[in-house]
Amino acid sequence: MIDIKNISKWYGSFQVLTDCTTTIKKGEVVVVCGPSGSGKSTLIKTVNALEPIQKGDIVVDGISISDVKTNLPKLRSRVGMVFQHFELFPHLSVTENLTLAQIKVLGRNTEEAKTRGLKMLDRVGLIAHKDKYPGQLSGGQQQRVAIARALSMDPIVMLFDEPTSALDPEMVGEVLDVMVKLAQEGMTMMVVTHEMGFAKKVSNRVIFMDAGKIVEDCTSDEFFGDPEARSPRAKEFLSKILQH
Amino acid sequence: MNLDFSFVNWGVVSSFIAKGFFYSIQLTLVAMVGGIVVGTLLALMRLSGKKWLVMPAAFYVNTLRSIPLVMVILWFFLLIPLLTGIRMGAEASAIITFTVFEAAYYSEIMRAGIQSVPKGQVYAGYAVGMTYPQCMQLVVLPQAFRNMLPVLLTQTIILFQDTSLVYAIGAYDLFHGFDTVAKNFGRPVESYLLAAAVYFVMCFSLSMLVRQLQKRIQIIR
Amino acid sequence: MGSTWDWQIFLQDTGGGQSYLQWMLSAWGWTLSVALLGLIVALLVGALMGILRTVPSKGLQFLGNAWTELFRNVPLLVQIFLWYHVIPTLFLSLRAIPSFVLVVFALGFFTSARIAEQVKAGINALPKGQRYAGLAMGLTLPQTYRYVILPMAFRIVIPPITSESMNIIKNSSVAFAVSIAELTMFAMQAGEETSRPIEMYLAVTVLYFVSAFAINRIAALIERKLQVPGMGVGK
Repeated sequence: MIDIKNISKWYGSFQVLTDCTTTIKKGEVVVVCGPSGSGKSTLIKTVNALEPIQKGDIVVDGISISDVKTNLPKLRSRVGMVFQHFELFPHLSVTENLTLAQIKVLGRNTEEAKTRGLKMLDRVGLIAHKDKYPGQLSGGQQQRVAIARALSMDPIVMLFDEPTSALDPEMVGEVLDVMVKLAQEGMTMMVVTHEMGFAKKVSNRVIFMDAGKIVEDCTSDEFFGDPEARSPRAKEFLSKILQH
Repeated sequence: MNLDFSFVNWGVVSSFIAKGFFYSIQLTLVAMVGGIVVGTLLALMRLSGKKWLVMPAAFYVNTLRSIPLVMVILWFFLLIPLLTGIRMGAEASAIITFTVFEAAYYSEIMRAGIQSVPKGQVYAGYAVGMTYPQCMQLVVLPQAFRNMLPVLLTQTIILFQDTSLVYAIGAYDLFHGFDTVAKNFGRPVESYLLAAAVYFVMCFSLSMLVRQLQKRIQIIR
Repeated sequence: MGSTWDWQIFLQDTGGGQSYLQWMLSAWGWTLSVALLGLIVALLVGALMGILRTVPSKGLQFLGNAWTELFRNVPLLVQIFLWYHVIPTLFLSLRAIPSFVLVVFALGFFTSARIAEQVKAGINALPKGQRYAGLAMGLTLPQTYRYVILPMAFRIVIPPITSESMNIIKNSSVAFAVSIAELTMFAMQAGEETSRPIEMYLAVTVLYFVSAFAINRIAALIERKLQVPGMGVGK
């Protein structure tokens, strides 16, 4: 589904990603973790070409993002993304947030878009809030709407960039519950997160990054079940995180 | 499009332009210094919380900011001789006008600057036993001034441009110099283009300097 | 100074068949028209230039920046003289244009530079994530500007644009220099003719106040109507 091939990225003279390679298969749930500054947020943003890469290539469902002939907006419409700071459009109501891209990008008519959007909204448990504005919702509610917004586009894969990092602790649970359900329903997911409980429960594979490189890329069982076999950096990270 | 700049030479510049140039600079500098001093005072009055200080200061600032500068120039040119009995030329009247006028604008800037200094600073000053005037003078104003320096300088650039409006009362400023040249040599197109170029070069360079200054201040922070 | 006020002067005939009062009111009309039309020009051009300064193309950014710097660094009076004397000479086809139109453009372009500055600041004030979110859903960059960025940037920019509207009323007074029949010109001429400058100046000043106040109220109303529920944009 997603093929990341030897990609490298620089911000000016600073190299943020060095020769990263990995593959995500259909139906897999892959968690990307690592310390701050390891490049994991940057990595996930390169998958749908929000951040350009200078070396290497990424192929999503057979389409290369570096190919000049690729219609990037069209590709992005099939890849769902959820952001750390939710990024709902504040001047639009919840329903309008859900239908905007369906209408403008996928060309659905208003009724269709509304039906689909509200169905997703119900799936995340927030149908009662359909006419509210983002400013009137809590963080956890906003993030769930953001997930519904991405799902309304019928994506083939969902990317999550630290979806719970900006939430108060009591709201993290409601968002993770939605994500767990999604995973159990078979959605292909790539999740950048610090939530190791979630990773243990639902992920098939774990990618550990440090200083712009992929240091570990193994199954979830191996990562959590066999910490001794992991690289020193990963072991260090695990021991710090799992203490809490 | 027949532009003929041949009439421009050093003699022309020194007889017509130089006088106006120096007047504009003088007017700008005096109004800037005077305006900032009076403006700071007004800002302090408005922030004092005492009604008898706040109201006149607010009235002064809001009134002057609602009237066109040209009208203020006309008013002062008319009223100063009438009220004081002193005969005053256009140039002198303009200096008083601009100082009084710009004070209203500088006061808004200083007010924002004073409010941008965290309240904790004032508490810290009181905690070591300072009086209100000491606090202002030693702790708050120096910081406020530094914070707002780029904005104050930008306002000065605007002030420099505004000095061209003394045209309304016939004072001899930089623009008047070019206008005289235009009329004397019958070359309005070239003269006004030159005027625009001179103003542009001066204002643009100054605003570039202000931008550099802004970057420096941000690093120190 | 006459110690007596003579407000009757306004009813006196100016010699042309209308009273000073009528002349003043017509001058007020000119002031408001010049200001309003100038504002429209300024908003259209300024918004365009402000947007250009934020798009990824270096060439378009340069265009926006150059425009802004050009019209910000020359005094309005000089710009009006350029429009009035220079443009019709350089572009012969424009010879027949009435001075009113030239002043509208002079005011409009001058103010557009300031509006471009504010629009650019407004767009840049939005979190970068908004742009990403729009693009991530498959919207093209122009669509992202149209549906996501500009609606919010517009609301951020309303307070500064209000103050620009008040400024343009004040700046319209500079048109006196090219004999446009607006309020300041009226004040100068009528003041001289009647030898009663104080009454004339006072009346004109009051009218400027009223205009500025009206603009302020209208803008506050617009801001309230456009407020996004749940966001305290403004007071």
